[in-house]
Amino acid sequence: MLRLERRRQPSSFWRWAAPLAAVVLTMFLGGLLFAAMGKDPLIAIRTIFWDPLFGQYAAFSRPQLLVKAAPLILIALGLSFGFRAGIWNIGAEGQYIMGAIFGAGFALAFYPSEARWFIFPGAILFGLLGGMLWGLIPGVLKVRFGTNEILSSLMLVYVAENILAKMAIGLLKNPDGMGFPGSRNLKQYAAAHNPELAAGTGAHWGVVAAILAVAGAYVVLSRHRFGYDVRLTGQSPRAARFAGVNPGRLILICMAISGGFAGIAGYFEVAGPSGQISIDFNVGYGFTAIIVAFLGRLHPVGILLAGLLLALTYIGGEVAALTLNLPIATIQMFQGMLLFSLLMVDVLTDFRIRFGKAKVA
Amino acid sequence: MDLSAINPVLLIAALIAASTPILLAGIGELVVERAGVLNLGVEGMMITGAICGFIAAHATGSASVGFLGAAVGGAGLALIFAVLSQYLLTNQVPTGLGLTLFGLGLSSLLGQDYAGIKAPTVSKIDVPLLSDIPVLGPILFNQDPIVYLGIGMTVAVWWFLYRSRRGLILRAVGENHEAAHALGYKVRLIRVGAIVFGGACAGLGGSYLSLVRVPIWTDGITAGYGWIALAIVVFAGWRPYRLMLGAYLFGGVTVLQLNLQAANVPIPAEYLSMSPYVATILVLVLMSSGRAPGSLGRAFHAST
Amino acid sequence: MKRRTLLASGASAATLAMLGMPARAQDKLKVGFVYVGPIGDGGWTFQHDQGRLDVVEAFGDQVETIYQESVPEGADAVRVLQQMALQGCKLIFTTSFGYMDATIEAAAQFPDVKFEHATGFKTADNVSVYDARFYEGRAVIGTIAGRMTKSNKIGYIASFPIPEVIQGINSSFMHAKKVNPDVEMVVIWAYTWFDPAKEAEAAKAMIDQGVDVILQHTDSTAPQAAAQEAGNVYTFGQASDMAAFAPKPRLASIIDNWGPYYVKRVGEVLDGTWTSGHSWGGMAEGEVVIGTISDEVPAEVKAEAEAMIAAITDGSYHPFTGPINKQDGSVFLADGEVATDEQLISMNFYVEGMSGDIPS
Repeated sequence: MLRLERRRQPSSFWRWAAPLAAVVLTMFLGGLLFAAMGKDPLIAIRTIFWDPLFGQYAAFSRPQLLVKAAPLILIALGLSFGFRAGIWNIGAEGQYIMGAIFGAGFALAFYPSEARWFIFPGAILFGLLGGMLWGLIPGVLKVRFGTNEILSSLMLVYVAENILAKMAIGLLKNPDGMGFPGSRNLKQYAAAHNPELAAGTGAHWGVVAAILAVAGAYVVLSRHRFGYDVRLTGQSPRAARFAGVNPGRLILICMAISGGFAGIAGYFEVAGPSGQISIDFNVGYGFTAIIVAFLGRLHPVGILLAGLLLALTYIGGEVAALTLNLPIATIQMFQGMLLFSLLMVDVLTDFRIRFGKAKVA
Repeated sequence: MDLSAINPVLLIAALIAASTPILLAGIGELVVERAGVLNLGVEGMMITGAICGFIAAHATGSASVGFLGAAVGGAGLALIFAVLSQYLLTNQVPTGLGLTLFGLGLSSLLGQDYAGIKAPTVSKIDVPLLSDIPVLGPILFNQDPIVYLGIGMTVAVWWFLYRSRRGLILRAVGENHEAAHALGYKVRLIRVGAIVFGGACAGLGGSYLSLVRVPIWTDGITAGYGWIALAIVVFAGWRPYRLMLGAYLFGGVTVLQLNLQAANVPIPAEYLSMSPYVATILVLVLMSSGRAPGSLGRAFHAST
Repeated sequence: MKRRTLLASGASAATLAMLGMPARAQDKLKVGFVYVGPIGDGGWTFQHDQGRLDVVEAFGDQVETIYQESVPEGADAVRVLQQMALQGCKLIFTTSFGYMDATIEAAAQFPDVKFEHATGFKTADNVSVYDARFYEGRAVIGTIAGRMTKSNKIGYIASFPIPEVIQGINSSFMHAKKVNPDVEMVVIWAYTWFDPAKEAEAAKAMIDQGVDVILQHTDSTAPQAAAQEAGNVYTFGQASDMAAFAPKPRLASIIDNWGPYYVKRVGEVLDGTWTSGHSWGGMAEGEVVIGTISDEVPAEVKAEAEAMIAAITDGSYHPFTGPINKQDGSVFLADGEVATDEQLISMNFYVEGMSGDIPS
């Protein structure tokens, strides 16, 4: 009989081999599923994972990877602090939405200002504040009332989605839009626009922010006292308290960081690739970022790579939708499978597989 | 504004019917959480049930077979969660979210060739005589079978949890799995059973949408019902009767909003739509922390 | 597998073949279609796809068509358009109002690709807009609805408060009222083009409030199914014939017939005469067609409707002919005055007698 035996130390080999094994496993399982549905598995996998990088139109799709990866990386980095400390913010989607609303709301309040030096940084700041505010609600509730942050942060996603819909057909609606829901297009509002910094690269300010955030997070986690506190709390909350870590303060800081990062990601997206606040402007980056954080082992460099990989599934999924006539939701299926595979393989990090019956301890 | 246009009897009857998918999914998740497992994949299981039920009903021409197929489909998806979370000891939060993503994508892929087709009809049960009683008749005695199933299931789950020995064991497993294990109960097996039951209920709830309420298959047909179900389980403080109350209060917000709109009552739809979530947060805040099942969301491994 | 730079045509043809597309694609005119719903919606998108099939039939080997279903209106639409242009489409039809900015943006990036945007109002050198005079059809079914309602309550499932939709509400209401002065109209704004679940719930809510004829400006057949279940409620096919629901609840239908326009425009691209423009065809051009009027409709009502179809088609009657007042009582059109196209495409008010407000 197979059984699991907990390792004394998590296996450092499997810790890093697991994500790679998970990707391979996902491709394999995905291929099986496609074959079962009568689609050619090799072509499907190739279209999703290979063509966006090296296929005929890769020159177009490679920059798109950056566009998709930037928000994922930003949000996942923010989440990684809390996840390390055992604080489960799963409401990044809501914080991302609120960041976009706050940022776009600030920028549109001054429409048609030309003072880019004021509008653009101001809008980013408001995006940060919007996300932070939305993240701090479950944080404060947890510290003050002991409310479960998993459930409250999740509930707030759906509150935010409804606020978004209300904004798109109400306060922020484009007065020149003939009644169609959605704000003014921020791409046509130079002072607020988050443009491509060099033509054809896909790199916008959100990409810059993501790269800076990776470096910043690396330094904080490995060199700063706060990073030490976070890791210690994650390993042993009791030990952390003895070491002088204030758990309430740590929760608030972690929620503020994750909310704030999601918030600026929201603004960069709404002012750039997306362009406007619309009823369903959010596409689930906040949830996908949770996968990115896990796949990247909560490590800044790992998150960078994982973000690029998940971005690849988005772009590949779109190509597959067009060329193979697969529904666009196939991407979500792949993302779910990737997460399953990772979690499955990850069992090897903490456990050894043994044959035979357990010895009586 | 013309509130007189709304017939309260018909509105209540419609709200009860519209709440049924949420009630079914909620009662399943309630059992799961009472066993100490937090499965965030309700939306994914619902929509998988919705498409499996639709395909089964379409293939056989029988709605009953459809509902059966839906329960099997939902349970099948739940089994993935059960194996991952109970045998491979994965963290339940990301596993559940992954289940939702997977279910949404899978249903879309399975349903690709079924868009726009109409499902076989499910007729209402018109209880003779009783359905003619004014007010109560249309509300209680002229609904379709699944509405009654939802109510019956709630009563059954209440009985199971509070009046049967197995229910007591299930609750013990949820409150303290180490203690239950020490007493010799098969924690893992009980939880797998609960998870599969939850999946079947969610699948059934989803198929109520695709086979009765709409009744056409379309991508994303569950449109967030799974998340409302999840919210209502918490709102109800993990109690079956309060779950029914929560489902009837919040399960019909869309119906209520459309009725108000048709009567020209200017209440923004969005405020109604966010009400279940806000109410749930309030309940979470007001609730003493001891009410939640003690082992909720924690992995169990016998050697620890 | 080796990384390749695919410039040689032979190599690229091989790749195309591997992608499941016919080789020698570069010899053909490749035409792309972007759909807002699934082809299986049985309404709007289904009808656009019929137009695509007409193109295939008319030009055979000269064209190759590709399409993508259920493309959200917004940022993702731009990438779909870019993908289509990159895959060699030289003409792309974007078939929903919400693709307007995306179409303009992609058109600026691909100046040698021609775009046709349905129901919008922004044009460019390589962007045309086209629309159909749905309000003409609405006048006919409004008349039938006014005659057929017993409760004098007509329901209208509206999508978004844009001029195209408001024209339809006003046209059907005016013509229903003309034959039945007691009629009132109940409007529900669904804020979606295609969401069967929501459309079904909206229809049920109306039926519960005593509505017995339902008109819709959303794309699915769900309201038809809801009416069928309720029993004595009538509906009209929207965008497509929805004949599966005839003779009851579906009494007649407004069919969008895009084929003639699509064939014409593809032909113009093939022979190099395509220019940007604004096309707004109606019954006279065969773009708006009333589907078979079912036998549930009494003969005299049917005759009345057919007379109106004939009058609109030969140009002797315009559905927006004065006297027409706005909801607030101010004059929109004086006696005998006919609405200009400019007045119609900017319509943002209800006509006199409508209750409720257009959401703003």
